[in-house]
Amino acid sequence: MVAPVRRAATVSLTQDIWRRFKRHRLALFGAVILLVIIAGVAIGPWLWTVPINEIDFNARLKPPSWQHPFGTDDLGQDLFSRMLYGGRISIAVGLAAMTIAIVVGTIIGAIAGMSRGLVDTFLMWLTDLFLSLPQLPLLLLIIYLFRDSLKKIVGAETGVFIMIVVVIGGFRWMPVARLVRAQFLSLREKEFVEAARALGASRLRQVARHILPNALGPVIVAGTIDVAAAIIAESTLSFLGLGFPPDIPTWGRVLFDAKDYLDTSPYWALFPGTLIFLTVLSINYIGDGLRDALDPRRVL
Amino acid sequence: MTERELRGLIEAVRKGSITRRQFVGTMLGVGIAAPIAGQLLMHAGIAQAQPASTYKGTKRGGGGALKVLWWQGATLLNPHFATGTKDQDGSRIFYEPLAGWDTEGNLIPVLAAETPTPANGGVSRDGKSITWKLKRDVQWHDGKPFTSADVVFNWEYAADPATSAVTIGSYKDVVATAVDAYTVRVDYKKASPFWADPFVGTRGMLIPKHLFEAYKGAKSRDAPNNLKPVGTGPYKFDSFTPGDMVRGTLNANYHMPNRPFFDTIEMKGGGDAVSAARAVLQTGEFDYAWNLQVEDEILAKLEQGGKGRVVIIPGGDIEFIQFNFTDPWNEVDGERASIKSKHPLFTDPAVREAMNLLIDRDSVQKFIYGRTGIATANFVNNPPKYRSPNNKFEFNVDKANQVLETAGWKKGSDGIREKGGKKLKVVYQTSVNQPRQKAQAIVKQAAQKAGIDIELKTVTASVFFSSDFANPDVYTKLFCDMQMYTTTMTQPDPEIFMNQYVSWEISSKANKWQGRNVTRWTSDEYDKAYRDAEGELDPVKRTALFIKMNDLVIQNRVIVPLVSRPRVRASNLKLKVPESGWDSDFWALQDWYRDA
Repeated sequence: MVAPVRRAATVSLTQDIWRRFKRHRLALFGAVILLVIIAGVAIGPWLWTVPINEIDFNARLKPPSWQHPFGTDDLGQDLFSRMLYGGRISIAVGLAAMTIAIVVGTIIGAIAGMSRGLVDTFLMWLTDLFLSLPQLPLLLLIIYLFRDSLKKIVGAETGVFIMIVVVIGGFRWMPVARLVRAQFLSLREKEFVEAARALGASRLRQVARHILPNALGPVIVAGTIDVAAAIIAESTLSFLGLGFPPDIPTWGRVLFDAKDYLDTSPYWALFPGTLIFLTVLSINYIGDGLRDALDPRRVL
Repeated sequence: MTERELRGLIEAVRKGSITRRQFVGTMLGVGIAAPIAGQLLMHAGIAQAQPASTYKGTKRGGGGALKVLWWQGATLLNPHFATGTKDQDGSRIFYEPLAGWDTEGNLIPVLAAETPTPANGGVSRDGKSITWKLKRDVQWHDGKPFTSADVVFNWEYAADPATSAVTIGSYKDVVATAVDAYTVRVDYKKASPFWADPFVGTRGMLIPKHLFEAYKGAKSRDAPNNLKPVGTGPYKFDSFTPGDMVRGTLNANYHMPNRPFFDTIEMKGGGDAVSAARAVLQTGEFDYAWNLQVEDEILAKLEQGGKGRVVIIPGGDIEFIQFNFTDPWNEVDGERASIKSKHPLFTDPAVREAMNLLIDRDSVQKFIYGRTGIATANFVNNPPKYRSPNNKFEFNVDKANQVLETAGWKKGSDGIREKGGKKLKVVYQTSVNQPRQKAQAIVKQAAQKAGIDIELKTVTASVFFSSDFANPDVYTKLFCDMQMYTTTMTQPDPEIFMNQYVSWEISSKANKWQGRNVTRWTSDEYDKAYRDAEGELDPVKRTALFIKMNDLVIQNRVIVPLVSRPRVRASNLKLKVPESGWDSDFWALQDWYRDA
């Protein structure tokens, strides 16, 4: 109601989305926090040059100080530099796995939603099948089968990264696919889609131009939740010895290492915990804001 | 000290040219503890006094209740069906063997009148038969006398496959015969230097013939006394709730004078290791707790409660690092780490020597294991008589650099050494376990300073220690360059422990990776020493052979020992417990005593 009618006529779609997004205070705040974290882990390791694996037994379990802003762990390693380095991996794993889950989920959901009959049934069978698979034994199998060959091709760390991202993403697309299919089933019967069809729009155009943008809201929310789940899932894999090597300080790993020292050195767990919490929360708020901003039927 | 020198000294004592005391003094000088020196003399047929008991009680009973906590409670009370130490310990309250092991690996008679030795005629010259003399004044809890018929019955009972006793392995290859009512002869198929397995320790507890005779064979599990033990031990059976509680009361007819001290015993089951430690150390609800697999920092914190102390009992288990002597990364005849291949890096002794210098054992002990892992340079650490005095360990990065430099490994532009196009890059695996990951980090960092790049790998314990030979990550395959775990020594004799380096035990596809030689290192010298020890009846020679084997493994840097891992228990401050790393916790329950 605030927006004057004369300006609305001149803004482009992106500008409009940005204008709507800005209205969502928490989303804006989340975006700022996330940017700070991403900038921190991207630039930080160049500015804070303390090595991540320098063992110093004289500085074991030291609380935060100027020398060690986040304190040290039980081997005297600097937690600040470990957080910065590990953040790169954790955030990259989270975002990449989310992208895979959303892309795969949306494609499968869209195909199932648009086609009727056998294809739809088959794809939903596939989704159900994936949902009912026991994930852990399957993960073990995949990792044993492909770890060494992947390592040979792209090297140890990249190999593990690709594998983890594919494995986590590959097991999280099913809820997205179901959401998308449900949206498609209802949207494709809507009058505006019928109108587009009547005007001769191809199937692809109907999907890309008319249905998908309207179906994106729930997908984005599901995607943001996936980022958090992926960061946590990575640490689960590390715990089973299937993730990154134990000396790579991903946030989940540091949190896991710190759990036995909660009573004596709470800061050790608090820093990675807070960072995971902030990252996940800001991504969730951004998702929330984006959904509102992208929803054409919502008046802001 | 070599075997010859040792033998010379023992001979000198025999002739009287030096005294026993001088001999023990000399032994102490070379790091051999007094009891061990005494035992060497005993084996050589030179009489010694029985080790003095630490028991200070002056009358039977009057000590009140003894409350002990086993966080895994006993589930049955027949020693021949005891799976795991919890059942063995529960049974040991009521049942006794002919002899038990003290903490130095000495055989101490319990129901036997004396330990068989060559001198007293108990051990035959050919090493094929052992004669046990039994105590004459022993009664079962129901008043029936204990005789050689009971001992022979236990052999028949356990050796019968239909009984399906878990102790069958100790009995099936021997023959027990009653010579008279109080003498039993045990015959072995071949000369056995280590004969003290049947009727000894946890596998040797004896059940009464008159109550179990009807239940030998297929009906064994139906015996009512499987849950209501009638033994010879210091406590009589009172009540039993499987998994929860075992209760006993003082045996007024016990065969050792003035024992036991306590009027009743309660063995409570359930809970976890940390809460068990707390119940003894901090709150003092219980007098003794078993198997505390808890980080030393937590134990130390609980100990500040002031009610109890942590008891560390030396044993033979050792945490160590193995090097792979075969190539794990390329297949030969369709097999990774085939015995026909050679490891590209570790076949160079300089690389193994450098790795040995790069492992900071003191820090691993000090900052990771504390009292629960003692830094060591030897593979065989206990009993002390088998511990080699010839090895020392050192942590020295500069020296490691120098060793590698001299051997022609030059640093490349990335700081990693290489020689002939081969880079010093290795993969180092272990199971998922907090202390192990910390040790990995310590090793990796030191190696980095010497130009060795280590990639750390962890495998979940259920896979790493499984016998599933389809999985590439089980430890017996060693499909990586080096690995770390704890190997256990279950007997005070190193024979089985030392077969981990003999050539016929090599772990390979042919034996489905069940072989015990995981590093796949072989040495004719080692094989010969092992074969000699197997048939060597002279304990002094045998000890020297085991020390030689240990030194071969250590000095060739086949493995790097990290810490020896003792048993960890908690005891009330006032409780006096004769502990042993080679037998049940209750091996000398009759001597448990509380200071006023």
